Amino acid sequence: MRRLLHWLLRSLPVLLMVIAWEAAVRLGLVGAALLPAPTTIAAAWWRLAADGDLLPHAAASLWRATAGLAISVAAGVALGLAMALSRTAERLVQPLVTFLYPLPKSALIPIVLVWFGFGHGAQIAVIVLGCLLPVVLGAYNGARGVEPALVWSARSLGARRAEIVRDVVVRAALPDILAGIRVALALGFVLLVSAEMVGARRGLGFLIAFLGETGAYPAMFAVVVTVMALGFTADRVLLAATRRLLRWREA
Amino acid sequence: MGRRDRRTRLADAALGAVLPLLLLAAWEIATRFALVSSFLLPRPGAVVVRLAEEIAAGTLPAAAGATLLRLTVSYGIAAVVGVGLGIAMARLRTVRWVLDPVVSIALPSPKISLLPVLVLWFGVFDTPKIVIGVLSCVFPIVAGTAAGAAGVDRHLIWSAENLGTRPGALLWRVVLPAALPQIVTALQVALPIAFIAVVVAEMLTGGGGLGGGLIEATRLADPAGAFAHLVAIGVLGFLAMAALRRLRRFILVWHEEEQRQGVII
Repeated sequence: MRRLLHWLLRSLPVLLMVIAWEAAVRLGLVGAALLPAPTTIAAAWWRLAADGDLLPHAAASLWRATAGLAISVAAGVALGLAMALSRTAERLVQPLVTFLYPLPKSALIPIVLVWFGFGHGAQIAVIVLGCLLPVVLGAYNGARGVEPALVWSARSLGARRAEIVRDVVVRAALPDILAGIRVALALGFVLLVSAEMVGARRGLGFLIAFLGETGAYPAMFAVVVTVMALGFTADRVLLAATRRLLRWREA
Repeated sequence: MGRRDRRTRLADAALGAVLPLLLLAAWEIATRFALVSSFLLPRPGAVVVRLAEEIAAGTLPAAAGATLLRLTVSYGIAAVVGVGLGIAMARLRTVRWVLDPVVSIALPSPKISLLPVLVLWFGVFDTPKIVIGVLSCVFPIVAGTAAGAAGVDRHLIWSAENLGTRPGALLWRVVLPAALPQIVTALQVALPIAFIAVVVAEMLTGGGGLGGGLIEATRLADPAGAFAHLVAIGVLGFLAMAALRRLRRFILVWHEEEQRQGVII
């Protein structure tokens, strides 16, 4: 009860804004064509969902986001650790990483679309291209910051190299790895929606562009809200997972 | 710098060039022996020639100028608004109460999905591109600034107040400088995000710019043109980030962080 009250007080400004928005549209202060009222959007969302239009697109987007992020995390952590553990790997890869990091990855979308076509492959490739480097940097910076004393003690206790990497380095680098994944998650959603808007036949980004072009604005707003809610929820889930995984650190 | 230092540096540079050179060689071989269709991947030479042609004709600089202008305006607005709101959030309880839930919802959501909405409101010219740039990168700036300004050592503020510093001066001379490293970090994080958004907006709403030129080239099945634009975007992104890094060193010379090094980017 107390927690619910606290939550209500915290989100009160947002609730008030939604109410003000509804009132502004109802009173004719804003054209309903330009900004549909929240209730209109909710009704349009319900219609989209009930007609079965929303779910396949949402499923396509979620599948792409999950696959792209999973590949990025696996490859990114491996590469980042390799860079931190091996001086040769570091010298080989680091200049390329520093050079490619500031490239606005959205510029790759049209070229990847030409290469992979309009299916899942292109969207997943775009996500991987965008998400890989933040994870690499997280793992690299994290693993480089591991206290040498921890590694020494593990070694003197007879741990083998693989064990040290798994039980000491990865664990100590976990906060930075998770921070990198959080950046990658937000970036991945942006790139996914962009790529779907530029060229896809399924997915929420495609649906937004399609509904916008056909002038079905309440439905378009409904999908926009859905995408925003998905991005927000994914971030919250990751935060909760982070807190769980890092419980040992806080205590 | 000793001779040894110079030698390891040279070795570093040589090793760092291996991977890019290998990639270039693979690219050249794949295209020369037609292992990949030239429609998918143009020859490196063709891209270089195209870059030179477009620069000489002035089309590429014009597109880069349009993109840079949109980026600068949106990033500038986001920086001023974001730093202002972030400091207000850290110092004023009411502002924090209002903005906290807004930022926590808006920060992780993909703002780019609002682009069709912005086109509906502002048309297809510069305004929606600038607004999407601002929306995309303002929240990381607000969040970073608020965290930095809230973390300012209380003793600094108390001492200043004790010595009779007025609120305005306190903000300018104590809070802002003390939070500056984190603010600059937030600004560094925000720049590529604004760039990504502006490029996508150009791709989807036309109106020139590097993103517009890139999508046009792919639609016309002109791979050399597309790659020339891609290279231009990459170079612009790299230069912009390098400029920010330099700015950071310049405005934070006095800060102790400049004495240590470590974390890259």
